[in-house]
Amino acid sequence: MSKVIIIDDEPLARSIVKEYLNKHPEMELVQECNDGFEGLKAIQQHEPDLIFLDIQMPKINGFEMLELVDQPPAVIFTTAFDEYAIRAFEAHAIDYLLKPFNQERFDKAVAKWRDQKNTTTDKKTEDLLETASLSPSQSQRIVVKNGSKIKIIPVQDVFYLEAADDYVKIHTQEGYFLKNKTMNHFEEVLDKQHFVRSHRSYIVNVQQITRIDPYEKDNHVAILRSGIKVPVSRGGYGKLKAVLGL
Amino acid sequence: MHVSLFSVRRFLIIFSIAWLVLITDHALVLQWFGLPWTAAISDSLISNALLLLIAILLLNTFRYYVPDMGQYMSVLGMVVVFTLFWLLISQWLLGLILIDYANYKIFLHKSLIIRFSIAFLILGIIAMIGIIWFNWQDQQKNEERKSDAEKLAKEAELFKLRQQLQPHFLFNSLNSINALIGARPEEARKMVQQLSDFLRGSIRKEENQFITFAEELEYLQLYLEIEKVRFGYRLKTATDVTPEALTWKMPSLLLQTLMENAIKFGLYGTTGEVLISLQAKVDDNYLVVSIENPYDPDMQTPKGTGFGLKSVRRRLYLLFGRNDLIEIHQQAGSFVVIFRVPAEEKIAF
Repeated sequence: MSKVIIIDDEPLARSIVKEYLNKHPEMELVQECNDGFEGLKAIQQHEPDLIFLDIQMPKINGFEMLELVDQPPAVIFTTAFDEYAIRAFEAHAIDYLLKPFNQERFDKAVAKWRDQKNTTTDKKTEDLLETASLSPSQSQRIVVKNGSKIKIIPVQDVFYLEAADDYVKIHTQEGYFLKNKTMNHFEEVLDKQHFVRSHRSYIVNVQQITRIDPYEKDNHVAILRSGIKVPVSRGGYGKLKAVLGL
Repeated sequence: MHVSLFSVRRFLIIFSIAWLVLITDHALVLQWFGLPWTAAISDSLISNALLLLIAILLLNTFRYYVPDMGQYMSVLGMVVVFTLFWLLISQWLLGLILIDYANYKIFLHKSLIIRFSIAFLILGIIAMIGIIWFNWQDQQKNEERKSDAEKLAKEAELFKLRQQLQPHFLFNSLNSINALIGARPEEARKMVQQLSDFLRGSIRKEENQFITFAEELEYLQLYLEIEKVRFGYRLKTATDVTPEALTWKMPSLLLQTLMENAIKFGLYGTTGEVLISLQAKVDDNYLVVSIENPYDPDMQTPKGTGFGLKSVRRRLYLLFGRNDLIEIHQQAGSFVVIFRVPAEEKIAF
């Protein structure tokens, strides 16, 4: 028996998947979810083998939800139309269902999942999420998990980012949040006109900087509006000067 | 604010030549009347330099305030005032500088009426040129606005077509129909009908057309019915429209764009139930429409909603020449857009 979860904000879209699942008695639908918040909770609770996941959903989209899952289950994406998502799927050879789809197409996707079940798809999912986070709607905000709560941080509210082992600390007005990503990821995703890698371990929001002071020899330190000091290396100083037009 | 006449090169050349002729002529006439050369030339230079300043002042006044061609009296009054002003200063200045010439004071006094007449004629001609020039500019601006409005309406039309034929909306609706066919075929049939009527309506709409609020509302209703089938219990709408508002004429597609915005913003910006309220009434000779949707202050505006609002604002400006017809209020979890439509006779063209 395989455990299945459907995550879609439209009730009829869930019901059609449910209907098609009837033909697969070996798959048990353990929960239907209205949005990514419910979805995340259900995945942690049930540890499903497969999820059907819609992309455009309230507040956080399907990709952003997946980013927050520690051990993502296998996913069959269902979407009506989303240029970025479809491009991301194509780029990483990931199967997806375009709404509306029929039983035949559905069965095929399930069969494909079953064939690949034993091969690991974690890497693929990770790559997919990496691509998806470059989309214009997603690069404007960072979704993080704060305990059991989900927090959406608009990028302009970020003071600076700091490397912390396997995580990145995102410093904001309300303290810092951890995200399971690399500094290189953020350096690529964030708008280069507003976020500068000032140091190997720091990315700073340029709009928060009030001044840059020399610090010891060769190094500088950026003073933010909140008074916080962020290290600036020699290379970082050059990048900052270029962005600030100095 | 208009473009100054002096920035037009051809005018500047003609104007300068005219002034040189005026100065020479003035001096020649004075000499003919028996003034010594030096006095004649000084008088001419002083008078005409002052007149030039007054003429520039007059034209600059028109840059900010252009009287209508119909307001003859106010133009006449303005020219008389400017001429008298000139006369006063030039008389004082000439008296002061040329006091040494014998009999000049008497001559000056006697020639005042002639000086006034000539200056009045010159300033009158300049005023007329100025009015024609600035009125022509106004007209050109209006033309520009009109063609911009047409272009934008066409763009809105295209944008809307794209919206309606918007793949996301269309495919999701088809997906809902697909689900209904198995479970509730009657409802599926109804939704096919609604979707067809809606699509047909979006193709048939003519650009820049004014329709009654009732017509726009009827069309909107189709859209809302479809969205309600898609989103089920999550989407609730409340409409409160006075009978007076129903017959008011308004530009087509405005309401539709804003409602789509509100729904998208509400449904994708929050979780849980979403109530969209629409109110319309006639107040002080305006149709006042307010659209309210819940919003989560933690969220950023979803992509695309900005464009809808911007295009509506721009269309209202192009149609009515005003920027104050749309307002946005964000407070305590609600996002309200209020727009006003003037009575039809107030429409710019």
